[in-house]
Amino acid sequence: MVTYFFFSSPTVSVCVCFSCHRTQMLWPLPQAFTSSTERYPLNPQAFYFGYGRQSAAQQGCSVLDSAFRRYFSLIFPDYTDVGVDALSNLLPVCVLDNLSVSAGQASLKAETVWGALRGLETFSQLVYQNDFGSYFINKTEIEDFPRFQFRGILLDTSRHYLPVQAILKTLDAMAYSKFNVFHWHIVDDPSFPYQSSSFPDLSSKGAFHPMTHIYTQSDVRRVISHARLWGIRVLPEFDSPGHTTSWGKGQPGLLTPCYNGGTPSGTFGPVNPALPSTYQFMARLFKEVSSVFPDSYIHLGGDEVDFSCWKSNPDVRAFMQKMGFGSDFTKLEAFYMENIVNITSALNKTSIVWQDVFDYHERIPKDTVLHIWKGIPAKYQEELSRITKAGMRVLLAAPWYINHISYGQDWRNYYTVQPQNFSGTEEQKKLVIGGEVCMWGEYVDATNLSPRLWPRASAAAERLWSDEKQTSNVDKAFPRLQDFRCKLLRRGIQAEPLYVGHCKHEYQGV
Amino acid sequence: MSTTLKFTALLLALSLCRGLRHDYIDNYIDNYIDEVTEEEAELVAQPSKYGSLWPLPQKVQLSEVSFKLTSSSFRIVDAKDSTAGPSCSLLQDHNNNILPSFNNPDVAHAMFVSTDELSVNQPYAVLKAPKVWGALHGLETFSQLVYEDEYGAKSINSTTISDFPRFAHRGILLDSSRHFLPIKVILANLETMAMNKINVFHWHIVDDQSFPYLSRTFPQLSQQGAYHPYTHVYTPADVKMVIEFARLRGIRVIPEFDTPGHTQSWGKGQPDLLTPCYSGSKPSGTFGPVNPILNTTYDFMSQFFKEISAVFPDAYVHLGGDEVDFTCWKSNPDIQKFMDQQGFGQDYSKLESFYIQKLLDIVTTTEKGYTIWQEVFDNGVKLKPDTLIHVWKGNQQQYQNEMANVTSSGYRTLLSTPWYLNRISYGQDWQGHYKADPQDFKGTEAQKKLVIGGEACLWGEYVDATNLTPRLWPRASAVAERLWSAKDVTDINDAFSRLSVHRCRMVDRGIPAEPLFSSYCPHEYKGI
Repeated sequence: MVTYFFFSSPTVSVCVCFSCHRTQMLWPLPQAFTSSTERYPLNPQAFYFGYGRQSAAQQGCSVLDSAFRRYFSLIFPDYTDVGVDALSNLLPVCVLDNLSVSAGQASLKAETVWGALRGLETFSQLVYQNDFGSYFINKTEIEDFPRFQFRGILLDTSRHYLPVQAILKTLDAMAYSKFNVFHWHIVDDPSFPYQSSSFPDLSSKGAFHPMTHIYTQSDVRRVISHARLWGIRVLPEFDSPGHTTSWGKGQPGLLTPCYNGGTPSGTFGPVNPALPSTYQFMARLFKEVSSVFPDSYIHLGGDEVDFSCWKSNPDVRAFMQKMGFGSDFTKLEAFYMENIVNITSALNKTSIVWQDVFDYHERIPKDTVLHIWKGIPAKYQEELSRITKAGMRVLLAAPWYINHISYGQDWRNYYTVQPQNFSGTEEQKKLVIGGEVCMWGEYVDATNLSPRLWPRASAAAERLWSDEKQTSNVDKAFPRLQDFRCKLLRRGIQAEPLYVGHCKHEYQGV
Repeated sequence: MSTTLKFTALLLALSLCRGLRHDYIDNYIDNYIDEVTEEEAELVAQPSKYGSLWPLPQKVQLSEVSFKLTSSSFRIVDAKDSTAGPSCSLLQDHNNNILPSFNNPDVAHAMFVSTDELSVNQPYAVLKAPKVWGALHGLETFSQLVYEDEYGAKSINSTTISDFPRFAHRGILLDSSRHFLPIKVILANLETMAMNKINVFHWHIVDDQSFPYLSRTFPQLSQQGAYHPYTHVYTPADVKMVIEFARLRGIRVIPEFDTPGHTQSWGKGQPDLLTPCYSGSKPSGTFGPVNPILNTTYDFMSQFFKEISAVFPDAYVHLGGDEVDFTCWKSNPDIQKFMDQQGFGQDYSKLESFYIQKLLDIVTTTEKGYTIWQEVFDNGVKLKPDTLIHVWKGNQQQYQNEMANVTSSGYRTLLSTPWYLNRISYGQDWQGHYKADPQDFKGTEAQKKLVIGGEACLWGEYVDATNLTPRLWPRASAVAERLWSAKDVTDINDAFSRLSVHRCRMVDRGIPAEPLFSSYCPHEYKGI
C-alpha cells in the first residue's frame, strides 16, 4: 500500500455553505463518498501538493510530480502568478483512491501512481469558485475504484489524419473522464500515416501526404509519453487482413490481386494469405510495432474481410486446395489470423481482435481479448454470452459507436448501457473487462472531433467507472453531466452542450 | 454607398512568370485572396472541370492557359471609369472609415440583383459590377480561381465568368438565445457566409431561454433575461460591430424579435408583459405568451421596435409569430372576458391575429418591411402586400403546398423547411439539402417569382460556440449553391468534388468546416 498526502493552506477557516451541492458534481461518480456543507477556502498562494511521509512514492516520481503541476493549474484556472520553480519544488507526490478532505489538508491514498492520478482528478473536481473568484472545497470523504479495468476511446487516424495536437488534447480530456486506454486505430484502407522505420514506404506511399500527414517515430513517442503521464495506455491497432488498401501502395505483393475472369483486374483485396512473404513482412512489422508501443496488448483487427477478391484469385484458390479448406474462405481467414496472433504472442504481446475472429472459430490463444462491435443490444448480448462462455475475455464497443450522430440527447443511450446484462454465470460476467467508445473517422477530423466526442463519451465513461446501481437514473445524471461539460469548457476542451443553457465561461474559440 | 454609383470596376493586375516555380505571394494579395488549396485529384472521384468554384457561377469559361501570380506585381485597383473610387471602404482596407450609407433601401436592394462579370486575361483581370456588393462577390470568385502548386506558387487560369444569384435572399439563421454565441463566433461565421455568397444573417437574437440583446430603452430585459447580465449579452457596441462587419462583406443583418410566443425571457425584465397563467381560479405563477389585451403591451412594443428599427439598419425586421400556445390564454379569466368583448368566441387564433395586426401596425410606422413565420399567414392575419412569409413547417409535400398557397395569395416567400441544419444525422446529409429546390411546387411562373430565396436555420438547442462552425459548414454551403447557382446545377458528383475542395479552402482560411467523407486537406485544421 502506497500512501500519499497533499496539503492545503495551513490557515483554514471554516464557513458554512448554504446552497452547495458541489460534492455531488463529480464525474464519473465515485463508488462511495460523503460530503458535508462545511467548506474551506483554498488559497492558491498557500496551496501545495506533497508526498506523505509513509508514501512509497516521493519527489522524483515523474508521473506524480508532473500531475501536481498540471492539476495546480486545473484547480486554480485564474491563478497564473506562480513560478514554475515554486511548483517544481513542491513536495512530493503520488496517489490513489482514497480521498479525504478536511480542514487544512486533504489526503489521498492510492495503491499505485495511476490511482493517485485518478484521485487528483477527483480532488480537482471538488474545488469550486464563488462569484468573486475565490476557491473552496467542502469537507469530503471518498473511496473510489473503477468498475471496469479497461475504459477506452478509439480514434481513427486513417480515414482522416488527426494532427498530433488533436490527439494530445483528446488524451487530456480522456483523463478528465477517467478513461485509461487510447485505442489508436492508426491505419486502415484510406491511408497509412504510421511512419515505420522498417518499412518507410508504407507511409511515404500510403499516407495522404508523405511529409505532412504522417506520424513520425517521435510523434508516436510523444503521444505515448503524454498518455502515460495521464495514466492512459496506448493500444495500437494494425488491422489486417482486410482494411489494408493503403498498405499495398508501399508494400507491393502484400495484397491479393483480384481477378476479373482469367486476368488480374488491377485492383487489390485483403492481405494475401497464401504467400510466405506476407508472414515474413508481418513478423518484421509487428516486431517493430511491439517495441515502439510499450503496452502489453496489441490490437490485430481481423474484421470485415471481404472474400470476393480471394475467391477470384487462382493462386489463392490453389492454396485453399492445398490446405484442404475446400471452398470455406472463413478457414483461410482463420489460418491467416492464427498466424498473426502467433507472431505477436511470440513477441510477448497479448492480442485483442474484433469479434469476427471469434465468430469464425479461429484457434486463438485463450488470453486473446475479443472486441464486440456489431449489432443491436440483443445481438451483442448474445455475443457477450457466447464469447465469455468460451472463457475468453471481452470488450464491449457496439453500443458506443459515437461517430453515429443523431438529433437530440443521444448521450442517454450511451449512459444506459448495461455491459454485464447478458445471460451467463458470475464467472462469465467477470470476463467483461471493459468497454470502448469508438470514434470512426469517415466524417470526423480535427475540425469536429472534440465537440463530437465530448461530453458524449463522458456518458460511457461513467458507465465504465461507476457503480451501476448508483448511476441507473439518467435524469439524475443530467445536471451533473451538464456541470461536468462546463468544467471541460473551463479546461479548454471543446465539449458541446447537452441542451439549452449556459456555462459561466463559454468556449472562446470558433 | 452613394446612389450615383452605377458601375464598379476593378482591375486585378497579374503578372505572367512562366517557368518560375518559387514565386511567393505576399500579404497584400492574401488579404483579398486567401490561400487556395489544390484539388485532391486522387480522392475526389473526378475533379470538377469547374475547379473549386462554389457556388457555381451562372456562366464560366475556363481555359487551360494559366498565369502565375507574383506578389511583387499583384495589385487590385479601381478602374479609371469606375464610379467607386479609392474612398469606397468596402473595396479597400476595412479600416477606412468613410462608409457608404446602408440605410438607403434602394442600395440594400441593389445587392440582391448584383451581376458580376469577371474575366481573367493576362496580364489583367477585370471585374465589373453594377454595385459594390456584386464586386465583393466577384472578389470572392476571383479568390477561388487562384490555386497553389505543391511548392506554394499560385496560379490562375484564363477565365471568363458572368455571374448573378438565382435568388436575392440567401440567408442563415443563428440562434443566440438557446445558447449565447460569443461575438467572435458570429463574426467568423459572417466571414464564412461571405465565402459562400450568403447575403443575409437572420439573427434570432432572443427567445424563451434568454434575452441577450441589451436594449437601451429597456435595459432590464437583458439585465434580468440574459443568462448573465454582463457576460452573456450583446451590447449596442457588439451589435454595431456585427452589423458593420456584415455590411463590409455584403451581408444584411435581419434581427428577429419573435412574439407573442417564445418570449419567456422577456417577462423577467418586463413585468406584466406576459400573460399570467391560471390554475383553476388562481394565478399559477407561470406565464404564457405576450398579453395581447393590455394597452401597456402595445406601448412597450412601440417603444421597443422604435429602438430596433434604429439599431438595425436593414429594411426588414423579422417578427416571428410562430408556435403560439393557447393554453395559458385560455386559462386566464381576463383574456376570456376580452375574447367575449371582441366577439372572438373560443377562437384563440383570432386573438393571435388581433395581437399580430396591432404589432404589424406598430412596425409599419417604423417604415420597416417585415418577415413573419408561416403561421401568421396560415391563421389569416391581415398582412401588408409586401410582407415576406417564411415557410418552415412540414414535410416536403406540406411545404410545397404552403409555398403554392402563399404565392397564390400574392405574397413573397422564403423557404427554410428542408434546411433545418440543426437536425443532424449520420452520413452525407448535405446531399438532401442540396437537392431541395424552393421553386419546386405547383404554381405559375408569376408565383415562382415570388420565391425570393431561402434560409438555412441552425437552431440552438444543441449548438453553441463549441460546435456551431463545424455543424454549419460545409452543410450550409450546399444551401448556398442551391440559392445562388442556376436551377439546373444539380450534378451531385460534380458538387461533391467542388465542395470537397471548397471545404478545404474554408479550413485553410481558418474555418473548422467539417469533412464530407474520408479524405484529407493539404492544410489540415490547426485551431485545436
